Amino acid sequence: MSTFRVAHLERTLPIAAKLVRINWLLVVLLCLGAMIGVAVLYSIADGSWTPRAAQHGVRFGIFLLLMLLLALVDIRWWMALAYPAYAVALLLLIGVEVVGVKVMGAQRWLDIGPIRLQPAEIMKLALVLALARYYHGLAVERATSIRHMVLPALMIGLPMLLILHQPDLGTAMLVGGTGVAIVFLAGLSWRVITLGAVLGLIGGVAFLVFGLHDYQRARIETFLHPERDPMGAGYHILQSKIALGSGGLSGKGYLGGTQSHLNYLPEKQTDFVFTALGEEFGFIGTLSVLVLYVLILFTGMMVAHRARHSFGRLAVAGVCVTFALYVLVNISMVIGLIPVVGVPLPLISYGGSVMLAVMIGFALVMNIHIHKDMDLPSGQGWLL
Amino acid sequence: MARRRQDENAGELFTRRALVLGGAGLGAFGVLAARLYKLQILEAERYRGLSDDNQFNFQLLPPSRGRILDRNGTPLAENIDNFRLLLDPDQVDDLQGLLDRLGAIIPLSDDARQTIIKAVDRRSAFSTVVLAENLDWQAFAAANLHLPKLAGVRPEVGESRQYPSGTSMAHIVGYVGGVPEEAQTDEPLLRHPGFRIGRTGTEKALDGRLRGQAGALKVEVSARGRVVRELPDPATAAIAGDDITLTLDHRIQTFAANRLEGMSAAVCAIDIRSGAVPLLLSNPGFDPNLFANGISSPAYKALLDNDHKPLFNKVLGGTYPPASCFKPVVAMAALQHGVTDGKERIRCTGKTKLGDREFHCWRRKGHGPVDMLGAIGTSCDIYFYEMAKRLGIDRVHDAARVFGFGENFDLGLGGGNDGLVPNQAWKRARFGTSWSQGDTLISGIGQGYLSATPIQLAVMTARIASGRKVVPHLYSDVGQGIGGADGGFEDMALPTQHLAAVHAGMTAVCEAPWGTAFRLGGLDLGDIKMAGKSGTGQVRRISTQERDDRVRRNEELPWKLRDHALFVNYAPADEPRFALAIVVEHGGGGSSVAGPPARDILRELLKEDMKNTASNVPGEALGAENGA
Repeated sequence: MSTFRVAHLERTLPIAAKLVRINWLLVVLLCLGAMIGVAVLYSIADGSWTPRAAQHGVRFGIFLLLMLLLALVDIRWWMALAYPAYAVALLLLIGVEVVGVKVMGAQRWLDIGPIRLQPAEIMKLALVLALARYYHGLAVERATSIRHMVLPALMIGLPMLLILHQPDLGTAMLVGGTGVAIVFLAGLSWRVITLGAVLGLIGGVAFLVFGLHDYQRARIETFLHPERDPMGAGYHILQSKIALGSGGLSGKGYLGGTQSHLNYLPEKQTDFVFTALGEEFGFIGTLSVLVLYVLILFTGMMVAHRARHSFGRLAVAGVCVTFALYVLVNISMVIGLIPVVGVPLPLISYGGSVMLAVMIGFALVMNIHIHKDMDLPSGQGWLL
Repeated sequence: MARRRQDENAGELFTRRALVLGGAGLGAFGVLAARLYKLQILEAERYRGLSDDNQFNFQLLPPSRGRILDRNGTPLAENIDNFRLLLDPDQVDDLQGLLDRLGAIIPLSDDARQTIIKAVDRRSAFSTVVLAENLDWQAFAAANLHLPKLAGVRPEVGESRQYPSGTSMAHIVGYVGGVPEEAQTDEPLLRHPGFRIGRTGTEKALDGRLRGQAGALKVEVSARGRVVRELPDPATAAIAGDDITLTLDHRIQTFAANRLEGMSAAVCAIDIRSGAVPLLLSNPGFDPNLFANGISSPAYKALLDNDHKPLFNKVLGGTYPPASCFKPVVAMAALQHGVTDGKERIRCTGKTKLGDREFHCWRRKGHGPVDMLGAIGTSCDIYFYEMAKRLGIDRVHDAARVFGFGENFDLGLGGGNDGLVPNQAWKRARFGTSWSQGDTLISGIGQGYLSATPIQLAVMTARIASGRKVVPHLYSDVGQGIGGADGGFEDMALPTQHLAAVHAGMTAVCEAPWGTAFRLGGLDLGDIKMAGKSGTGQVRRISTQERDDRVRRNEELPWKLRDHALFVNYAPADEPRFALAIVVEHGGGGSSVAGPPARDILRELLKEDMKNTASNVPGEALGAENGA
């Protein structure tokens, strides 16, 4: 039995075999998501392909090809690049501290020639890769030991602190959440989890009381009492809820959203795109989008489940967790469950940088799906 | 083998924990779904209402600004249709391109383009920007025709302010301008694009009454305030601002402006019975229309650099030594305190000594012995040095205050000046030195520290002429009850014979062959006599050496060093109706330079009054009395 399985671990894979193994269900689901994005952006522009709908579609097409290309690359390349990628991302984050460009009060961008880079975006994926690489081959018993907790804690903590300092609370929490989820999946002991939860609670409360920037405090204040300042900071949440609520069961009809077309919605092409969708397609529309996201995540987790190496399982799960957090945080924000943080809705929101990050993430998922039976060199639990 | 087991262990652990995580994730999605259900199904009705509230809005209808009229109803400030184009920058992706297209349709200078681009950069949320104003009908029609090509551009017919009387009324009427940031309140009208508030003069002083109240129109609007369509639903109409009637007479004002052409001068007249001000002119003026439509910086700089100070209202804010015009006040005080009986003669030899200082009379060879009548009529300095010496500065000071010196008569316009009436306490506080008798002497002839505004001189003249505490006013409805046609002003309780003595002196100035202003030839209005007093306000100090050598004549001096020419007068001398004061900056001699326009303008006032009263209010009129 066991020999049978060992025999099936592959060492090399011809390109034709890889092409056959592409997970077309995942491709179809992603295309569906991007098409919804195009449709909503078309409607927001008062029924026009410009300035965003067409570009969104074209961009997705290019990134889809890129994704398939990256999926075919030997998985060992991804593994080999895990730590260097993490190191580069960390350096870039430090670079932002030093020479970053300020956009709307936050230092998040790095100007490299014609490209403006958001290193936090790179870090999300790099952290997933690095943690998966770290835990790959590390025995479960050892993975749960405190001694082997130090490095992952640093790997998660450092970028979090740097991103927090930008300041970008939302992304910091996304990065932290993803990292903790991977550590949890790798086998963190429940004792440590309990302890961490308690410490996290205390730290979180302390941060809320002492560590928040004024604008962050204001956002939370607004979130708790949006009606106090309907024309000011609470405006966004209120208008967003009005748009969603007035959509009702079946919506105001495609191209018929008054809130979005009369410009009451803020950031409707990026962070609040879900609201525009909800106004025109109603509860049926929003629920369908939720279902689509759940399907994508389920497909992803099945890939993780079938992978026969820790690196694959954890990396895919990490991408899925990041993706899920994006969706949950964005939708919670636009329906007023959590304060406004600048997190877009993956696949649907307009924006090249985020879409690129999402598609590279799914390239990793696809890559692991193709290489699920690959025989990978085991890690030692350290940097090799 | 070990590794494989290890992988399987890790795999099992992963699956268990992934199920936990997946369950949590599914739970989170479930919460979102539940929340969306509540929002979109259970509360849909409520949010639909709020959405409608958003969609339909009340748009501000700016009120029509009240007009400013002269006493005869001639408009001094009125509104004309303003064809303009507004821009909603949120609808525009390519501003340069839009401006290029617009520039092909209407004239658009590079300056204007820069201004628009700056305004778009600086604008606050939800606001529109004015693209072009005061377009002619052709340009406006052309822009409307091309509107489909100009997304974001909105045509509007607004109102803009016009000042038909132009320069002569500029200081009083003032002008309107954009709302400065410091004047912004939460009143939405102030944010309305292109809304103007009063910035100076009456426009500013009575802005609240002129402005009116904004109305509202129900419209479907975008969040940025762009109107999608107007709805026929009831709307509240805007309430126009009040018209304000001034006491000024446009005709007189224009006459005075023409008469003082080229001079840097201030003239002001007061209706002695009511306190109404029919004339208040600071010359040169400026064209308020320039300001109402946004003045160009070279034009503004030219106004600022002009040494005749066209932007400054000299009547209310300019201070000058009252010079010999002050002498009647000293005479009144001398009689009141009994330091002379008026008949006493003082010998004028052309100079007098105080210690080792010499004080000169303007007439170097002297006037010989003069009584009060002669002293006022010939404006003898030696006589008034003596009177001031006998009175002492504090009594001179008190008398000056009673006649209106040192009091700010800004007529509600702002920008008035107190002038200065010195006394011993003042000098000690100001310079830390004690008052000298020499100071008293030159105060006696209205020089030295003493300074006064032209309107104070007019008030002084009105009070001396009537013996009543006349207070000037500019707004007819504000003036009711202050004075009134029958002279409701407080009686100053001055003995009739004292008044008569000073009146006689001032009448002699104009009517006696030896009077300083006899050359003017009187009013030339039949029996009506004029009383007055000239003054020549010294601007520079004349050194002893120059006095010994030869005092330079005004024509030999640079303009800035020449004497101020002053003249105050009232008429008719026996039943005073109008008091007038004029200052010609650096004009030279009072009676020769300021006298003629003062006489002409006073005559014009009387003629206008006769015309009006003869046709309107019989019985009370001057003309009627003449006819009787």
